[in-house]
Amino acid sequence: MKYNYYPGCSLQASAVEYDASTRAVMDALGIELLDIGDWNCCGATAAEPVSRLLSYALPARNIALFEQNSQADILVPCSACYLNLKKVEVDRKKNRELSARIDEVLEEENLVLEDPPGVRHLLDVISNDIKPGVIADRVTHELSGLRIAPYYGCQALRPYKVFDDPEEPESMEPVIRACGAEVFEWGSGAKCCGASNMNTKKESAEVLVQNILEDARGADAIVTICPMCQLNLDGFQAGISRKAGLDLSISVIYLPQLIGLALGLSTRDLMLNKNLALKPDFTKKIELPAKQGRAG
Amino acid sequence: MTNLLDIKELVSTCLQCGTCTASCPNSFAMDITPRKLWRLVLMDRTEDVFNSTTFALCSTCYYCTLRCPRGLELTTAMSMLKAAAAKENIPKYRVSAHFYSSFMESVRRHGRVRETEFLTLYFMAMKNPLLPMKITPLGIRLLKKNKVKFEMPSKPGTGNLTRLFEKVSQMEEDK
Repeated sequence: MKYNYYPGCSLQASAVEYDASTRAVMDALGIELLDIGDWNCCGATAAEPVSRLLSYALPARNIALFEQNSQADILVPCSACYLNLKKVEVDRKKNRELSARIDEVLEEENLVLEDPPGVRHLLDVISNDIKPGVIADRVTHELSGLRIAPYYGCQALRPYKVFDDPEEPESMEPVIRACGAEVFEWGSGAKCCGASNMNTKKESAEVLVQNILEDARGADAIVTICPMCQLNLDGFQAGISRKAGLDLSISVIYLPQLIGLALGLSTRDLMLNKNLALKPDFTKKIELPAKQGRAG
Repeated sequence: MTNLLDIKELVSTCLQCGTCTASCPNSFAMDITPRKLWRLVLMDRTEDVFNSTTFALCSTCYYCTLRCPRGLELTTAMSMLKAAAAKENIPKYRVSAHFYSSFMESVRRHGRVRETEFLTLYFMAMKNPLLPMKITPLGIRLLKKNKVKFEMPSKPGTGNLTRLFEKVSQMEEDK
């Protein structure tokens, strides 16, 4: 199996551990990731409030570059990037006028969309291409005793129903079980973390994050599939705890970091030292298998 | 005032059921509910629409779009209101407008967003010396983790998207 790989801007900065762990897990599973040099920002959630056409043109440019590179599906770990690329894929087919306008912008750089490769979220690829059963077969370090709260956030699930239920998602559950861990049952998996409101409307975003963190009490860790969700949940929990007068601290890690631990990859390869909120009791639990020979 | 015709078209069949309001995680912080906002849009009460903070609070979770019984693209309509408010220089929307436009300016110059450049542009646009303090605690923690690259604002370099940005704005003006 191989994929065109779109890391996006966050995975080169605040989410380097998401990039490193995705690459490490794919490598361990024998999956090839094809990099291209000149990808650009997908527009995040900032392009649409500036210009609607721009919010299509930026991801479309990337898809056109990938089409030149390979027919392999485009693998996207960041949910915001995923939705922006997906939006081009879906809306181009629905709206001819829009499709023509996107083509006109791309022409500026002699780029074309003829038979563009499919856009896939990392979680989609893990659940439907790789499959939890295959992961279970490769697990060398069962994460037994860990209760994991699966957090999906918004943009991997909505508005397009692609690989999971947009209201009550469950695709991460078999993956967590494949790693030998227990699924923490909760109702916040598909709730919103406030996204970029954490910068511009902090008071409102903090309420959303507080609700999620309160709901996660009792779990050993929250697992995420989006850099924005990850940063909102791990970067602000100390301040929110202080304001609320509650201890809402909890370990937050990316899904491929969890899988990588179960596959026996080193904490260094998974860059666990980059996460902002890892609690000692969690690191202790994942250290245990070291006696069985985890490297690094 | 900006003509909200495009947005009116998007929400024209709204039946005022309020599913959007009930689904919105940010409605608790809004001065006008999303349902009421769509009504104001349809009634051409542009001033009331822009006086409200409702659209600025949209965190693009897409619950309303998913659940709307009319299948209206309400999240897109919220984003279009943000774009219109930025164009109109609506004072209440200043913070978000500068935030998004500084982000996109960094993307134009380098093809990808450079976080420190984007935030520096944002702080310069806001002219508020206290603003950087608000994000300093997180900044320091990211710095300690070696996750921050210091890149001060610089001229468009390799990979810049100036041509694409110019083409887009020219096409939007012509429309």
